[in-house]
This record gives sequence, structure tokens and C-alpha cells, in this order.
Amino acid sequence: MSHPPRVDYQTNPSIYRHWKLSFDGPVATLTADFDEDGGLRPGYKLKLNSYDLGVDIELNDAVNRIRFEHPEVRTVVLTSAKDRVFCSGANIFMLGVSSHAWKVNFCKFTNETRNGLEDSSKFGGLKFLAAVNGVCAGGGYELALACDEIILVDDRSSAVSLPEVPLLGVLPGTGGLTRLTDKRHVRHDLADIFCTTTEGVRGQKAKAWGLVDDIAKPAEFAARIRQRALELGAGSDRPAGARGVALTPIRRRIEDDALRYANVTVEIDRAKRVAIFTVKGPQGPQPSGVADIEAAGAEWYPLALARELEDAILSMRTNELDIGVWVIKTDGEAEAVLAMDETLLAHQDHWLVRETIGYLRRTLSRFDLSSRSLFALIEPGSCFAGSFLELALACDRSYHLALPDDEARAPKVIVGEANFGLYPMATGQSRLQRRFYGEQSPLDAVRAKAGRPLDADAAFALGLVTSNPDDIDWPDETRIAIEERLAMSPDALTGMEANLRFNGQENMITRIFGRLSAWQNWIFQRPNAVGEKGALKVYGKGDKAAFDWNRV
Amino acid sequence: MSAIDYSEKIPNNVDLGEDRTLKRALEQWQPHYLDWWNDMGPDGSHNLDVYLRTAVSVDPAGWAQFGHVKMPDYRWGIFLNPAEKDRKIHFGEHKGADVWQDVPGEYRANLRRIIVTQGDTEPASVEQQRHLGRTAPSLYDLRNLFQVNVEEGRHLWAMVYLLHKYFGRDGREEGEALLERRSGQQDNPRILQAFNEETPDWLSFFMFTYFTDRDGKFQLCALAESSFDPLARTTRFMLTEEAHHMFVGESGVSRVIQRTCQVMRELKTDDPAQLRAAGVIDLPTIQRYLNFHFSVTIDLFGADESSNAATFYSTGLKGRFEESKRDDDHVLKGAGYKVLQLRDGRLVEAEVPMLNALNEVLRDDYIKDSIAGIERWNKVIEKAGIAFRLRAPHKAFHRSIGTLAGAKLSPDGRVVSEAEWAAKVDQWLPSASDRAFVASLMGRVAEPGKFANWIAPPAMGINRQPVDFEYVRFN
Repeated sequence: MSHPPRVDYQTNPSIYRHWKLSFDGPVATLTADFDEDGGLRPGYKLKLNSYDLGVDIELNDAVNRIRFEHPEVRTVVLTSAKDRVFCSGANIFMLGVSSHAWKVNFCKFTNETRNGLEDSSKFGGLKFLAAVNGVCAGGGYELALACDEIILVDDRSSAVSLPEVPLLGVLPGTGGLTRLTDKRHVRHDLADIFCTTTEGVRGQKAKAWGLVDDIAKPAEFAARIRQRALELGAGSDRPAGARGVALTPIRRRIEDDALRYANVTVEIDRAKRVAIFTVKGPQGPQPSGVADIEAAGAEWYPLALARELEDAILSMRTNELDIGVWVIKTDGEAEAVLAMDETLLAHQDHWLVRETIGYLRRTLSRFDLSSRSLFALIEPGSCFAGSFLELALACDRSYHLALPDDEARAPKVIVGEANFGLYPMATGQSRLQRRFYGEQSPLDAVRAKAGRPLDADAAFALGLVTSNPDDIDWPDETRIAIEERLAMSPDALTGMEANLRFNGQENMITRIFGRLSAWQNWIFQRPNAVGEKGALKVYGKGDKAAFDWNRV
Repeated sequence: MSAIDYSEKIPNNVDLGEDRTLKRALEQWQPHYLDWWNDMGPDGSHNLDVYLRTAVSVDPAGWAQFGHVKMPDYRWGIFLNPAEKDRKIHFGEHKGADVWQDVPGEYRANLRRIIVTQGDTEPASVEQQRHLGRTAPSLYDLRNLFQVNVEEGRHLWAMVYLLHKYFGRDGREEGEALLERRSGQQDNPRILQAFNEETPDWLSFFMFTYFTDRDGKFQLCALAESSFDPLARTTRFMLTEEAHHMFVGESGVSRVIQRTCQVMRELKTDDPAQLRAAGVIDLPTIQRYLNFHFSVTIDLFGADESSNAATFYSTGLKGRFEESKRDDDHVLKGAGYKVLQLRDGRLVEAEVPMLNALNEVLRDDYIKDSIAGIERWNKVIEKAGIAFRLRAPHKAFHRSIGTLAGAKLSPDGRVVSEAEWAAKVDQWLPSASDRAFVASLMGRVAEPGKFANWIAPPAMGINRQPVDFEYVRFN
């Protein structure tokens, strides 16, 4: 069997096939015009603005470009160039021919992209308005749900719908069910009707049920969208006069067994099924004032790091399914990382710094959400300080080498201000809060040691690391831990890790990644969806789904 | 709200007077329908006495009763063909089972969609044609226009009856919406795009009734096969009326051709300019109108590969044209069908699953049927001794739905460049000046037995009345 080509998450507007990006003062418009023949894999056509992973890769890129290249933009309008079709969701035939792993990875990425819209709305002053100018079904409506507001054209035929259950025998799994209830507070019985009605709901009823915020006649639609886009952006502090930062192509070298970026290296040991992520700290003098930061642009270290790390995570998730353990290492000076943190915190209200923090926040969150075992190795030469300590805190386990006989070489971790809420997880908590279940006394103990280098024993005593083997135990303890891990069922590990990582409070996002995704992924495996006569398999072929009627 | 005497006001064979569901629904819908007719029905026609055919029952004596009536007083009836005893589903996955007398919950959405889409075209065409009465070339033609209009209105009733009777509150809402959409209104358009275009002149009207109403015939034929028995019986009765609409179109175009040929012989010329100066429509212009209406209409059958088409067939909602006369398994699993595709600038045939190609199957049946009428028009030209033949354009010409959408082909099926298309489009489709010329010929002829110069009288009148009968009385 030949290997399918690797999926590349890097793109730019000059090669987009699916989205058109246009700008008009404080309003950017992202226009969906998906190329039917532009599917990432053969075997399906992206009819009626239905999407696959390739479409979402462009969307993710486009939103990043708006964040960074167009600081003057305060509102993003999502709309369609297709006649009477807004977006009809994930391409069903793509789902039909995809492996389970592909579907799950696809859904995770699209979920992250949609959460990213809400993240930018909450933290970055960027508002999103869905200008639903035609049929809006399934994933199309889920995309609209991720926007701050939805305006539906009232042409007596355009409807919003979530037809997954009645039509396909699966769930609206890209946040649809959860946002309907948690975000839009659609009454559960009305939601029940809505989610079982293939043709959806249109016009005044859609508004009355809370499925959309407003409706507008076709003749006044454009003006209403423009007006509402300006109103939504009015409260934003994104600057009108600032110059954007061009997201120039990231420099990387893709080798058979390695991904090499300026600041991140991923080395894959295929025999062991382990990848080692090495994140390099800032080198040499770094800008500390906003003018220098703007001048550095995409080369500014934290921004470059975020982009490289994101690309590495996404690439490893999609292209290296059997590499089950990611070992996280760092390399550099703790002081340099802490200086970076100081700069980030000092200027966190500046738009570019704020966007960069946001990029790091979303990228660290991708670690939390990766279905791989994450082990941090804290070794000599590492720099797990402040923002970089988050990498260790994100891991399922961390091993901190103790060198009782060599105090100078002994690796240290340093807790910094950045660890107390600059990079909240999907739960809204910091990783330290997650680690200590929000309990005050361990958090106070850690806070008391903030800024001080902590060796393995000190970090272990505070509960910051999992284990503190000395140099005699280290090789065997780390090797055995990883080998043992790799022998276990990957499915069970994914489930276990997700349960333990997201251990505290629930919110809409964790319910999407937890409850909704878990149910969806169960349904995706069941014969009623994907068996020979499963609803997803027979859709569109004129075959009728044959269900096993037993409730499980 | 006044109580309505249903059996008198609304001829029917569905026991309307005894059905509480229907009574309630129609009491609300009927006044709204009349409001719609008064607003959007034929312009300036409400006071005219029109010699109309009214169906008062489905038996041979009752389905065609003639008399002068004012159109708002027309008795729009509700008729289903008599039930066939023990009718069985004869295609799709339910083949062999009893037909359904109620809507299966499982198929509610698709059936509703089919009925609403069909229903929406009925008032739409009335709206499209509402100004034509002012420029009718004779009282005979004016009467035919109005007959078509009231029957489209009745077909709307037929669909609304199904919505009210079988789809509950949902169906009532859709019934209202059918009266609220408006052809060509940007904010509130009819569902299918072809029904939002104007019917600007009588040549367009004849072409429309020949080509587009024939689409209606094929859709109704496919629905007449439906496993949902009330839909099958309703559409079968509608087909008897649809035949008249196509007669209006076929004979109308035929009479235009006849008149043109007559003048061509008199003047001994085929020069369009001279013929236009003589006030008749030259044959190349007729060909361009034909090209336009043919191509726009075959788009109405939908995408050449369609998952809906497959679903509708397999679930027994919509059959093929003359399903029961076909010699196959009527399930079609594993069968293939050839569809045209444009690849690398060439037309090629590709084999696709038959179930997904059922729109194309119906389109091909339609094309065969409509070409037969074009040959009858050619007989008129031939009889006049003129060497000119009208032709149906190639299936891939001027398409905007399916894989051939936007492909640039000449009417004879040659792939052409953008430049050639732009240079020749006015030879292939009616140009603005063609339309302006045809429009310049339009003007009302209201004297019994008189006809506009551009059209020949018919061979015989309606219901054995003379041609100079007063088919419409102006009061």
C-alpha cells in the first residue's frame, strides 16, 4: 500500500482554493467558495460548499493572517460566494471514505479552529459575524455557531439545520450540540426538534428559537451585515493605524524522520514509536520594547516559536499516527525565557504582543488535546522556566533529573508569573490550577518559590514534577517508563489521558472535546453509522440504512 | 370568518365537507388564496367573463365542463384519480409492499420537500404570466392563457390539499408560504430559479408552455409512480390538465411558424429584416427562443449526479417516467447510466451509478418527448415548401446546473472558446434586439375571430365552438 502524501498545514492566500479574503477598513470578509475539485484526497467532490481538512487548513491560516497581518480588523464576516448556499458542512463522501483516525483528527482540528474564533473574540478583540446567505447545514451551522452572532437571510428558503442524526446517523460533532445548548441556550426540547429535522428551521422561527440572532431580507442583507459588523467591532481596541506583521513562510526542513525548524526540532524514532520534541529558548539579544517587537515581526522569537510549534504538533498528529509518545525537552537559558516572559507581560495590552500570547495559548492547548502520551524530560541544558515550564506542566508525566553531586549542572525549573494564568487551558484554568485542583495551599507554596531555580528535589517536593530520579536511576527509569507506556492500548491511553488531563471543572469547550467528541467517536465506530448498511456509508447512494434497533 | 359550503364552492372527491382537518385548514387558506389571486393573478382580469373548462368530477362527463365564469369565482376543485385497489409499491426498496395511505414519518421531510417544490412552481407561473393578458393576440389565445392560469391555480390547491391533509401544522405553514413567495422578487423568490424569470411576450409564453410545462409533465409522471398513494393519485389527475398546457404551447408556436411561412411565401424571401418589416417573427429568431427555453428547462431536472435523486427513488417517493412500462428490476442497484462530462475541453461519456443518475434519465426521456413536437413544427415548414429546420440544441448547450454548468458549447454540441461564444451568442440565444422586436409586435386583439398579424388562427375553436366565438367577454 502506498502512503498518502503528508498533510501540510502551511498555506497562504495566494494559493487558497477555497476561501477568499477581503478587507474593508475594520471589517474583513472571509468568503467561502470551495473548489469542488480541490479535495485533499481523491474520491469526493466538495459540492455545495462542503468541506474537508484542506478547507479548514485554509480557514485556520486565514484567521491567523487577520489576527496578525491586519490589526485594523475588528470584525470578521464569514459568508459564501455560492448561490443560495452558505456551507453544507463536512463532506459526507469524504467521511464515508475516511479511516476512523482521519475523521477524528479532522474533527479535532476543525474544533480547534472554531474554538480559536471564540478565543479571539474573548481575548483578542476580534469579533466574528456569520452572514448566512443560503443553506447552512451541519458543519456549516456549527461554523456559524462559533461566531459571535449569526444573521440569516430571510428569503423563505434558506434554513439553518443540523441534519446529522436523521440523515447520517451521527452527531453534529463539531460543537453543534454543545453550542446549541451551552452558548445559545436553545431550549432542550426545541433543540431536540431542530436536531431531528432534516430541513432545519428558517426565518422568524429560527430567530424565535434562538438559532440565529437576526434575520434580514435579501435586499437589505448586505447593509445589515455591514452595519452589524461595525457595531460588533465598535468595542474592540484593535488599533486602526498599526502596521500588520506579515506571516512569512516558516522555515523548516522536513526529513524522513525529523521536522527541523529554527526553534523546534522533532526527531522520530520509528522503531521505538517515540518522537522527541526539543524546543530551543531565545538566543542572543531580544527586543524588549514594542517598536523593536513590531520591527522583528514574524521573526520575533515568541511568535516564531508559536508558529513552529503549532506546525509541528499538527503535522505529527496527522502524519505520524503510530508515534505514541511525545517526549518534550527544552534547550536554552532559563533567564532568556524569563526575560521573554517579562516582555510579554509588560506589553500584553499591545495588540501584537496580545496576539502572540494568544497564539502560544492556543498552541499549548493543542498539546493538551493531542491524543499522544506526553512525557517531559528535564535534563541539563534545559530551560523549563515560566512559559517553557508550561510545556512540562502540559505533560502527563515529567521526569526531573537530580544531580546531587553537581549542583551547578543540575537542571532547574523556575516558576514564573506566566504560569499563573497567562495560558489557560481549555478548562479556563492555568495548568498549575489544574495540577492542584485549585487548592490554595499547594498553589501558595509554589507561588512562594516563584522566580527561584528549583532543582529536582525541590520541584518534586512542591509537586511540580512527577519524578526526580538521580543520574544513576535516570536512564532506566525514563526508558522503562516510555517502553511500558508504548506497550499499552493506544485507545485506552487516549481515553485515560483525556480524563486525567481535564480533571476539574467542565465548560462548553471541555464538553465539546469530552462529552460530545466521545459520543461522536463511539457512534463513528458503530455499525449503525459505518457498517455495510450504516447511515453514513449508504448516504447518497440510494441505499437505505439498516439499523440494529437495540439501544446500547 | 364565514362558513363555506364546501361541496358547492370546491368541487371535490375527497369528502371535504366531512373532514374536520381539511375544513379548518382550508377555511384559513381559501381566503388567503383568493387574496393572492386578486393580487398576483392575471392583471386586470377579475371582471372578465372567460369561457373556461372546470373540473367538477373525475369521470369523463365531469372533468371538462365549459362555461363563462369570472376567474375569482372559478371553482378550484380538489380531485384525486380513483384509488386503484390493492396498489403495490412497484420500485425501490419497498417494492411489493402496499402503497402508503399516510405519510411514513421516516419520509416526511423528503415528501414535504417534493410537494412544496412542485407546488411552488404552480403559482409561480401564474405570476410570471400575469401581464400577458394585456397583449393577447386574440380572444382565443387570451382564453387559453386564462385556462392555463386557473389550472395552475388548481394544481396549487392540489398540492396544498396534500400538505394540509397529511403534514399537520408543518404542512399548513408550508401552504401559507406557497402564497407568500413571489416570482422574481429578490427578497422573496420562488424556489426554482427558472420560475423567477419573466415571461415577457407571447412567443416566450408558448415556448414556456411547450417546454417548461412539459418538464412539469415529466415531474408529475415521476410523482404519479409514488408509493405515497395520495400523491400518485393527485398528480395523475393533474396530468390530464397539463396536456392542455402543452397543447397551448405546441399549437401556439406552430401557428407562429405557419404565419411566418405564409409571409415568406408571399414575399418570396427568407430575409429576417424583410420579414420583420412585414410584422412576423423570422424562423432564426424562433430557433433562438427555442434554444433558450429548451436549455433553461432541461436544467430544471437537476444535477446529473444526485444523491437526492437516488434517495427519492430507492425510498419509493419518486419513480421514473413510465416506471411500470420499463423492463428492469425497478431497484436499479448496481446498474449504470452514461452521463456527459466535459473533460480537458472534450465531451466524454462517463458511466455513473444509475440511481444517482435518475435526474439525467428523466431529462433524457424529456428530451426525446420534446423533440417529437419540434418535428411536428418542421412539418409545418416543410408543407410550406421552405428549406429550414428547427432543431433542439445539444444537451450541453447553455447549461447552468450539473457538471456541464458553464461549459461553452455551440447549439450543435461543439466545444467553443470564450471568444467564439461571445461572438456568436446572439446567433444562438435571443438577443436584446430580438426580444425588443418580439415585444414590439405585442398588442391586444380583442375582437372575436381576429388575430394579430404575427400568428395564424387555429384550425378549430375550443370545445367545438367556432374560432370567432366570444371566448372572453369584457364587461
